[in-house]
Amino acid sequence: MPGIVTASATAALAIRGLRKSFGDVVAVDGLDLEVTRGECFGLLGPNGAGKTTTIEICEGLTEPDSGTVELLGLEWRARAKQLRQRIGIQLQETQFPEKLTVEEAIRLFRSFFNQGLTVERSIEMAQLEEKRKSRIGGLSGGQKQRLAMACALVGDPELLFLDEPTTGLDPQARRNLWDLVDQLKCAGRTIILTTHYMDEAERLCNRVAVMDHGRVIALGTPKELIASIGGEQIVEFAVDAGVAVDPSMLTRIPGVQSHRVDAGLHQLSVSELHTAVPPIFASLAAQGARLTEFRTHSATLEDVFVSLTGRKLRDE
Amino acid sequence: MSRLSESSLFQLTTTRFRLFFREPEAVFWIFVFPILLAVGLSIAFRNRPADVLQVAATTPQLTNSLNSDRGLTAITLDEVEGAKALATGRILVLAVQQPGGVAFNYDNTNPDARTARLIAERAVEKAAGQQESVEVSDRQVHETGARYIDFVIPGLLGMNLMSSAIWGLGFAIVEARQKKLLKRLVASPMPRWQYLASFLLSRLLLLVIEVVVFLGFARLVFGVPFRGPLWQLGLICVLTSLSFSALGLLIASRAKTMEAASGLMNLVMLPMWILSGVFFSATRFPNSIQPFIRALPLTATIDALRGNMLQGTSLTHLVAPVGILLAWLLVSFSISLQIFRWR
Repeated sequence: MPGIVTASATAALAIRGLRKSFGDVVAVDGLDLEVTRGECFGLLGPNGAGKTTTIEICEGLTEPDSGTVELLGLEWRARAKQLRQRIGIQLQETQFPEKLTVEEAIRLFRSFFNQGLTVERSIEMAQLEEKRKSRIGGLSGGQKQRLAMACALVGDPELLFLDEPTTGLDPQARRNLWDLVDQLKCAGRTIILTTHYMDEAERLCNRVAVMDHGRVIALGTPKELIASIGGEQIVEFAVDAGVAVDPSMLTRIPGVQSHRVDAGLHQLSVSELHTAVPPIFASLAAQGARLTEFRTHSATLEDVFVSLTGRKLRDE
Repeated sequence: MSRLSESSLFQLTTTRFRLFFREPEAVFWIFVFPILLAVGLSIAFRNRPADVLQVAATTPQLTNSLNSDRGLTAITLDEVEGAKALATGRILVLAVQQPGGVAFNYDNTNPDARTARLIAERAVEKAAGQQESVEVSDRQVHETGARYIDFVIPGLLGMNLMSSAIWGLGFAIVEARQKKLLKRLVASPMPRWQYLASFLLSRLLLLVIEVVVFLGFARLVFGVPFRGPLWQLGLICVLTSLSFSALGLLIASRAKTMEAASGLMNLVMLPMWILSGVFFSATRFPNSIQPFIRALPLTATIDALRGNMLQGTSLTHLVAPVGILLAWLLVSFSISLQIFRWR
């Protein structure tokens, strides 16, 4: 049956030429993205990068100024009712009524969907069994966030939007939520999440789009993006004030890909730590710089972002 | 689980009930407060046996002649003390013995003081030997329906219908908007009309409890009359509640914070508390603002309720107030649908 083949072949989400301004502020500035089915896709960027505006346009909550959004091959304008039934949404900062119990809130949301999980199953997935009869007002931040997830999941969505699901949570609660997202990924759901935690994107996402000032400045798997900055290792050091370090002396060293300075802290991307570090020491000693700090770590998406926006800042 | 209890309208309405009954303050204001108010007012304005009025005189003889009337109790005070007692309201009239007769000092804007003065004058004349030229006798009338409590119960009912509808809708909606719950709900497949309908449904169900409890109390304890058809009284209550719900919806349709909403609600309700004749007849206000007062929904409500309960007026003769309520309902509801902010 060709109809079904086409349907499953269409992207879970396709965004083309998306623009949105609020007054003078351009929130989304010409965005193109495609998310395939079964993928966990991350929109990554600092606060104010346009992530939430983008995701809310995708969720059909905000009208774009121009551009098109297709979810599961459907557009909001024509098929809003159908789309609402097929997607699950967790918004930033929703506060559910404090005097309702967990179970009552989930049952309410379940009633909006024609089909979906049982209330019991959603509670179980969000690991809220012990809290099912508790008032929402008495839940911890992590439990409230898991309740929001349960309400997003209760319609058994094909496509799940999570807007900063772990913002404001303690490390333990974050890890619990990551485990839940892992389970959902394994079950083959398409997930689109925004975050400003680079480690979260690295841990959860198959692919990420790094956003800044309403544009995508990098797109790929976390591995590809880290590789794109040239080195898998980052060397950070600081020297005594008053001594000028010549960057060209450092970037000349084999294996050193790039150099940048941020608030007195020098950062080098390095591809082979074991061969590059001794010449770095030697070069600094030759320049008469005494080290006050020195450390290395594996490159993360954080470094990708710093490297990308750093370059952009210099371009301006 | 049955299909009904799985339906979203049922779930939304149940949620409204749960949230209402889990808020003890709300339950107090809507169910208990009006009863307490009725009790308090009935005590303050109870029909007492005709009052004995406090007066004073400057000489013992004058005091005696005043005391000879059963309507007065008089004491003897000198002019200075008497003036003080007058100023503090301890006495209503000070009778001052003067060479040529008696002077009455009193406040002529106080009805009680005017009465006391008339009685005092009669007592003084009687003591001076003047005869009444016409024989008069008293027949006392305390008829149910003419008492203050009969007057005030429909007023309190109207006021309660107004506050419960406006607070009930306005606060819940603005709170949901402020807490981004409204946005979350419209992000789900919930039909939007059902959200608003759940408010009206829960309001109408609460209305039954509210009205039956309050009027039942008024009937049992004060014997307040119900002279019009009860089904018409019910209909007036339903129409009132819907009109004020629509007004509450209008107030809540844009407000983003609870502070803004409660300011707006007070702004809307305060003039009606004062002008619409809850505690005293609205006709006491100057003629020039009467058209404005008549157009207020609470005035219309109370007119209709008093007409039904006290005068037994049928709905067909209450066209004006019912029309005003309907107009408020339609206008508020259609404007709020236009301007309602879902996020």
